[in-house]
This record gives sequence, C-alpha cells and structure tokens, in this order.
Amino acid sequence: MPENSALIVPVGSGRPPEKLYAVACEFAGPAEVYHAAEKIRDQGFRWWDCYTPYFVHGLDRAMGQRKSFVPFFTLFGGLFGLVNGFGLVIITSVWVYPMDTQGKPYFALPGFVPILDLLMIILSAIMSIVGMTTLSLLPRLHHPLWEWDAFERATNDKFFVVIEANDPKFSEKNTPEFLKGLGGTNLTFIGDEP
Amino acid sequence: MAYFKPNTEVADPLHANEAPEVTRARNDLAREPYVSNNRDHVWVGDRIAAVIQNPAPLWWWICLFIALGLAGLTGLGILYLITTGVGVWGENRAANWAWDITNFVFWIGIGHAGTMIAAILYLTRQRWATGINRAAEAMTIFAVMCAGIYPGIHVGRAWMAWYLAPIPNGNAIWPNFRSPLLWDVFAVSTYLSVSIMFWYVGLIPDAAAMRDRVTNKIGKYFYAVFCLGWRGSARQWANYEMCYLMLAGIATLLVITTCTVVSSDFSTSVIPGWHGTIFIPYFGVGAIYGGFCMLIILLVPIRQFYLLEDIITLRHIDLCCRFTLFMALLITYIYLMEFFIAYYGGSPNEFHTFFYDRIHGPYWLTWYAMIFANSLIVQAFWFKWVRRRPWLAFCIVLVPSVGMWLERYVIIVVSITRDYLPSSWGMFYPTWVDVLTFAGTFGVFFLCYLLFIRFLPVIAISEVRGAMPEANPHHAPVVIAHDAPEPAGSHSTEAPHA
Repeated sequence: MPENSALIVPVGSGRPPEKLYAVACEFAGPAEVYHAAEKIRDQGFRWWDCYTPYFVHGLDRAMGQRKSFVPFFTLFGGLFGLVNGFGLVIITSVWVYPMDTQGKPYFALPGFVPILDLLMIILSAIMSIVGMTTLSLLPRLHHPLWEWDAFERATNDKFFVVIEANDPKFSEKNTPEFLKGLGGTNLTFIGDEP
Repeated sequence: MAYFKPNTEVADPLHANEAPEVTRARNDLAREPYVSNNRDHVWVGDRIAAVIQNPAPLWWWICLFIALGLAGLTGLGILYLITTGVGVWGENRAANWAWDITNFVFWIGIGHAGTMIAAILYLTRQRWATGINRAAEAMTIFAVMCAGIYPGIHVGRAWMAWYLAPIPNGNAIWPNFRSPLLWDVFAVSTYLSVSIMFWYVGLIPDAAAMRDRVTNKIGKYFYAVFCLGWRGSARQWANYEMCYLMLAGIATLLVITTCTVVSSDFSTSVIPGWHGTIFIPYFGVGAIYGGFCMLIILLVPIRQFYLLEDIITLRHIDLCCRFTLFMALLITYIYLMEFFIAYYGGSPNEFHTFFYDRIHGPYWLTWYAMIFANSLIVQAFWFKWVRRRPWLAFCIVLVPSVGMWLERYVIIVVSITRDYLPSSWGMFYPTWVDVLTFAGTFGVFFLCYLLFIRFLPVIAISEVRGAMPEANPHHAPVVIAHDAPEPAGSHSTEAPHA
C-alpha cells in the first residue's frame, strides 16, 4: 500500500498532519538508540518508546522503565491453578466419587502432587502469556506507525525512537529539533486517523 | 576445517605490549563466535528469511510426499485398530503393554531434549543455544504430538478416551487422581500445551519480522495475525523477555515433572525390572539422550541444504555431540547401576530379571544391541575430529536413536513378559499393524517438521541477533563485519537455491 501523505509528513516538508500521533526518527544501531534513550529519559518525557529489531540489553533501564509486572501474573496463575486444582481433586476424590483402589486412602496427598503440580504449571504458563500480551497492549490490529513505510525496517535493521504528541513535554517545534540533536535521522511526523 | 581466529591485525590498545606467544595463547583460548565468518545481523535475518521466501527446493517436495505417505500408514493403522479392536496389535496376556507404550516413551523422550535446550540452556545463559533452540522446540512439539497418539488409542475404546478428562459426564464418573496413568494424561497434555506456548512466544518477534518482509498478501495476513501486531517497542520487549524467562522456568519444572510422571507409570508398579527408584533419572537421561540424537539428525541436513552453516555452526554440532556423549556416559552408568541394585537389593525376582532375562533370556539380543548402540558407538565423540564432521556425527547418532527405542523395548517388553509366576510368562511378537503404525509416526513427525521449516523461521532471528556482540550497546566494534573478506569455502550471500 502506498504511504498516505496526509498522515506521514517528513519534518520540514510541509504542515504536520491534522491529528498528530507522534514524531519519529531513526537511529543506526543499538548504541546510538541507547544513548539517545538516556537523554530523552533525562528530559522527563513519558509517552515515548524505542523500537528495536531485537531485545537490546539495558535499554529498558536506559529509558527509565520499571521492571516488568509479568511475574505477578505468573505467580497469580500458579496459585490459581494450585488452589483450584486442589479443590477439583479433593472434592471429586473424597466426596463426589470416592473410589476404593488398592486400599489407597481417598485423601492421598502424595498421589495428588503430580496433578496439582501440572495444573499449577499450565495456569502459570497461560497467565504469563496473558500478562505479557495485556501489558504490551497486544493483540493489536492497527497502529499509526504502520502507515509509515520506513517503519517496516523496525523489525529488520533500523532502530526508531517515537515521542508521542500527547506527552506533556511534546512540542511540534522543539521535539523534532531535540531528536535531531541526539543524532536521529529521517525525522517524520506520524498522523493518526481523525 | 576452518576454525575461527580473532582478527589480530586490528590495533588493540589493551594488548599492545604483550609477547607474541601470549597473543597466540589468547587467540587459541578465545571462544568461537555464535555466528561465524563475521556475518552481521542483517545477513542473519536475510539468510533465515530466505528459507521461507525462496521457492521450496525439490528435495523438500520429495521429502514432503514421502512423509505424507508414511503418515498415512499411521492413519490407516489407527483406523484399523479402532474399527477392529486392540487385538490387531501383538499384545497378549503376558505382554499387556508392548509397542504402544514403547513408542510413546520413545517419542516423549525426544521431546524432552528440545525443552532442555530451549529452556534450561536459556536459564543457564548458554547463549550459543539461540541458534538451535527454535529447531529444538519444534522437535519437542511434533515429537509430543506423535507420543500423544498412543495413550489416546491404546485405551481400547478410543471414543471413550474423553473420560480421562476431569469433566462432568452422564455417568457421574470422575477420574482416579491417584493413578499414574492419569498423571500421564495430565503430564502429556500439559507438556504439549506449554511447549506450544513457549514456542509461540518465541516466534512472535520473528513472525513480525516476516510480516514486514514477505510481499504476497496471504503471507502478510498470516504473519500479521500470527505475531499479534508485534511492533518491537522497548516496552514490549521488556515484558516479552520477562514472559520468556518465566516460561523457561515453567518449562524446566515441567520437563522434570513429565519425565518423572512417565517413569512413574512403571516404577509405581510391582513388576520386577520396573519397580525401581532409579527410573526417574533413568527416563530423564534417556529422554535427553534420544532427543539430542534426533536434534543432530535434524540440524545437519537443515544447515547444509539451507546454507545456514554460519548460524548453526560446527561449534553447535560439536556441543550437541558433547551433550550426547555426556548423556551416553550417564545412561551407561544407570545400566550398570540397575544390575548393582538387582544384585544388592536381595530380591530374587529382580535378580533373575537382570542377571538371567536381560542378558541371556529370550530377548538377549535386544539387550546387547542396546548396550552397543547406546553405550559404545557414541564414544567416538571423545574425538574433536569426529564431532566437527557433521555428516559423520549424523551417521553415528542414527545408531543410538535406534538404541533408545530398543532401551524402552527392553524395559517394557522384556520385563513384563517375565514377571513372578513362570506360568504367566510369554513372548511378544509385533503384528504388521504395530510396525506400520510406528513407521507412520515418523511420517507424522517429519511432515510437521517440513511444514514448519517452510512457513516459520527455523532459527530464532531476533534471539540470534540479540546474542551477537554488536547487539550490545556497550560493544566497541573492533572488526568491521560488512567488508570483511569472504573466507575460503564459505557461501556467498546470494539467496540459496535461487
């Protein structure tokens, strides 16, 4: 699909789009984007992000992010699986359908351990993924950045920094200047559909 | 063999004044890079994507049709079994369990090595494993799928297998949660589900990379949906990496649970030869051994035919061979320890099982074949010369792959056909349905695997890139990768089989 020229406007080549989403720029490598991120963080920006083809170690700290909350989802899922599994096993084996096999007690905790373990594992795995997708705002069918053809290389070989227009410190004039000063190239205004 | 030598011509202020022999020693001790021939991360992405983007090579189609034909055998075998009854297998009153459980344990074992590589090597920060973890995880999933066929159909009335699930049914029957066979159902289904989740999460960034690469519309839609709209933002990456870490920990716990549960099918019974506490490590080690053999069998052709030798390097093959050797030594120790336990335990039945049945009972040949295949052949991997020749390693590990199947046959059939009462002894002979159903599972496995390497990145692109030195923001580039001279004998960068 050809680029929508109303939404994607290179900085300095005309008026920014009507409903501005962000200003974006390109960096050549992980070191450049890392050092740029440190400076953007120090400026106090909040609604911004770096886009990299692979996980750059330490970039989240350079951006001033807190540690991910995914482990809490994992813990919750594990406990949920364990408690509910315990309920399932005890209720069915002791009250609903007690079955005398080889004289084993109805409430045989050692014999229940593998089932409880496995139910804990599956629920914690599911919740880890639910946590990851929820916290990352996925799945997502559309995003303003996908209108920009250059952004296709964000998963390949380019590194992008995007500062959103709803950041309190954002200014149509100064923010692109600031990004340019950090070494960003291909500065572009990204518009959102009104 | 061309070994990597770090480029010493570049001025290096840290080691400017050292003696030449120190430089030489430092170079000899330097680790080989994960990606050889100074390839950069763009090349890595292009080459892995080329496997998908180029037209399928002829050999792929030939293999696909062979696998499809073989897989049909499993389908026909299952159809015949369900429409006729379990009597079409060779099972009898002495051998209540035979090839079905042997094949189940064989396939589930192959799965374990995939999780071992993807999860345990990830947790222990063995970053070389990034080059092979995707291939290993896919192996896990397809092997567990093959394994899962057997518990489903050996229950006799396969249409009632759903009674195994703890769901309310018309007869108000609930499963017996104290039974190792039910643990097995839970373990295998959990293992398959979590393996798929782990594999899928690993695939998300690569599917996004493929979405941005492929040009045809169907492919773009497929990868766009598959990757859930991944953008690769740093905030997403932080959550993603944490999720992957959590899943790696969960999968590690799960692989230990699964091999424990599978071994409990046997060790909680009272059959001599099964009733042993050694079974849990025994099955774990055997599983990883068989799985590493299968992994080498898969990796050697893939790296050769898809020109991925710089990513799945000789070092990867070398390390897989070392793992195989290590597991062979462990399993040999366990074989010997079984005899020691039988001798020292004081049970006459146990003693008879090992010192008579195993080594000169009616199945003596399988035992000797097993020892030859699993303990002796792999000793060749002590030599670097052997480990660094992929096709030689490929030929060698074919033998323990068969040996690992024989091991399960020895454990299961040889033990159960000779229990306490000589009046209930017997022999097991497989029928053609047994043989063809088992042969067909290889078709199922390779069919799935061929489709996987055709449509999804066979190597984790983003992980390999992330493990490369230039991915580190604090990395000072010493060697310029882009215009390094092409080493002799390496492949050029143009698209393979174009």
